[in-house]
Amino acid sequence: MAYSIIYNGSDEKQTHKEVFGKTMVELADADPDVICLDADLMNSSGLVKFAASHPMRAINCGIQEANMIGVAAGLSAVGKKPYAHSFGPFASRRCFDQVFLSVAYSQNSVRIIGSDAGVTAAYNGGTHMPFEDMALMRAVPGSTVIDITDAVMLRAILKSVKDRPGLTYIRSTRKSFKAVFGEGSEFEIGKGILLRDGKDAAVIASGLLVGEAMQAAEVLEKEGISLRVVNMFTVKPLDQELVIKCAQETGAIVVAENHNVIGGLCSAVADVIVRTCPIPMEFVGVNDEFGEVGPQDYLMQRFGLTAAAIVEKVKAVLGRKRTE
Amino acid sequence: MNAKRKNELKKFATRIRIETMKEFKASGFGHIGGALSMVDLLSVLYSGIMKIDPQRPDWDGRDRLVISKGHAGPSLYATLALKGYFPLNWLVTLNKPHTRLPSHCDRTKTPGVDMTTGALGQGISTALGMALGFKLDGKDNRVYVVLGDGECDEGQIWEGALFSAHHQLDNLIVFVDNNGKQLDGYTDDVLKLGDLAAKFAEFGWAAQTVDGGDIEQIESAIETAKETKGKPSCLVLKTIKGAGIKEFEEMQANHHIILSAEMADKALKDLNDLMNALNEEVVV
Repeated sequence: MAYSIIYNGSDEKQTHKEVFGKTMVELADADPDVICLDADLMNSSGLVKFAASHPMRAINCGIQEANMIGVAAGLSAVGKKPYAHSFGPFASRRCFDQVFLSVAYSQNSVRIIGSDAGVTAAYNGGTHMPFEDMALMRAVPGSTVIDITDAVMLRAILKSVKDRPGLTYIRSTRKSFKAVFGEGSEFEIGKGILLRDGKDAAVIASGLLVGEAMQAAEVLEKEGISLRVVNMFTVKPLDQELVIKCAQETGAIVVAENHNVIGGLCSAVADVIVRTCPIPMEFVGVNDEFGEVGPQDYLMQRFGLTAAAIVEKVKAVLGRKRTE
Repeated sequence: MNAKRKNELKKFATRIRIETMKEFKASGFGHIGGALSMVDLLSVLYSGIMKIDPQRPDWDGRDRLVISKGHAGPSLYATLALKGYFPLNWLVTLNKPHTRLPSHCDRTKTPGVDMTTGALGQGISTALGMALGFKLDGKDNRVYVVLGDGECDEGQIWEGALFSAHHQLDNLIVFVDNNGKQLDGYTDDVLKLGDLAAKFAEFGWAAQTVDGGDIEQIESAIETAKETKGKPSCLVLKTIKGAGIKEFEEMQANHHIILSAEMADKALKDLNDLMNALNEEVVV
């Protein structure tokens, strides 16, 4: 696993939409079995670029997500390597039984890309805002669930899951996040990444919240608090070893995700902690609410998905660490 | 179809029914009605229509069959065992712990089962994914699908119907086992399906309505479908739920039947009598 960390608080220069389309073209150039499916969102996802260069292998299914996932499963059964995209809510809850049965239970191998993770759905509002997609996908036996940190990771992960067996769910945005990793970084699925060391508490974050966690660590450093930041981009299978190490070495954990606190990264980490090394924990996530419409920065404030919220929760967990 | 082949296919259908009833006798219950209604089709498909090699169930060059009405697995298992995919003595393990023959079809467990099904509506999509994959590779494999008529209540069937026609999947042949009944009663009472062949035709398919108990008609309709270019084919098979066993045909609620040993023995005796009569037929 060779990666470099370039985080300095700046936004990425490229959008995930651009990188998704471009990477799929490269993958298809290199492997004739790679196929992209979409449900009438190629203009939104960036797959138009793929459709232009590989028209026969760009399957626009129309607005039928259930059929799309079944078709992808059937393509896998005859040796193809399908990648299917829709917005997160439609790529997960809209076709959940097809994902469960036609893909996972049947032991077919399909890579599903759910864009517009959580609050990044912004102006599409609550109907389009998935706070439950990772919970659904985690519940499928043997699944892989990845919450993308930045475009560099998106590109690397798209490539590394090409031959991965079973159900792989990749959660991303179409826009851009904070730049965290240097160009050409590679990642090992199932291994968390220590982005910043610290001894007082650890924040375990994924997706959009990784950048916020880094920012929180800088704020806390000025107050004399040493915060460890772990990027847990693989939500399943979880890097249990790293979670336990953080618990043992810092004694206080905050988990941060752009998702409902029920069923996603918060639940996954808590599940390990409670069984192995019980310590004070706090969650930064959506507290069992539906999404709503608005600009992304408003929604991050509204649902408490900010560096400030992480700072607050770290202080709370440190208070408990001292008293419990 | 000459008289000899017709007699052979009828005998094969009867043997499938006998082995299917042995499975149900051993389990004591099951989806008997819908398993029996597609037996004549299975007899035709596995008698030279489908390109298969029972010794190599994973052979790439084979045609694929998706039993989208996955609960009809037991008659498929009987057929596969008779073709030599696995020993006949597996059949009595239906639904028992550690069996490789679960109530609903599972590609990961049973040699010769090409796709896992069970939640209705999903088999059509996986089938057309396979058909599309073969087309993309320029291969001549065909994909056959059996849908239940009640299954056509599912919206996914009609998603698949649009998709198949759009992609001109003429390597796909779909059968609707139109036995007129679903779990809760007659399809006309639960949710009217109307004219299924007309619906598929309107969706851009080559659709035929066929007597699903007439082996000769089934085979001839499949031959027509194979010659059809540029569009998928749908054969609506008019069948009888519980077909081939009088008591089950006449039973009102025959989707899932609790089977006594006496009922099973009576059915097996009638089927064996039919088999003897078919064996004695003078065929030239």
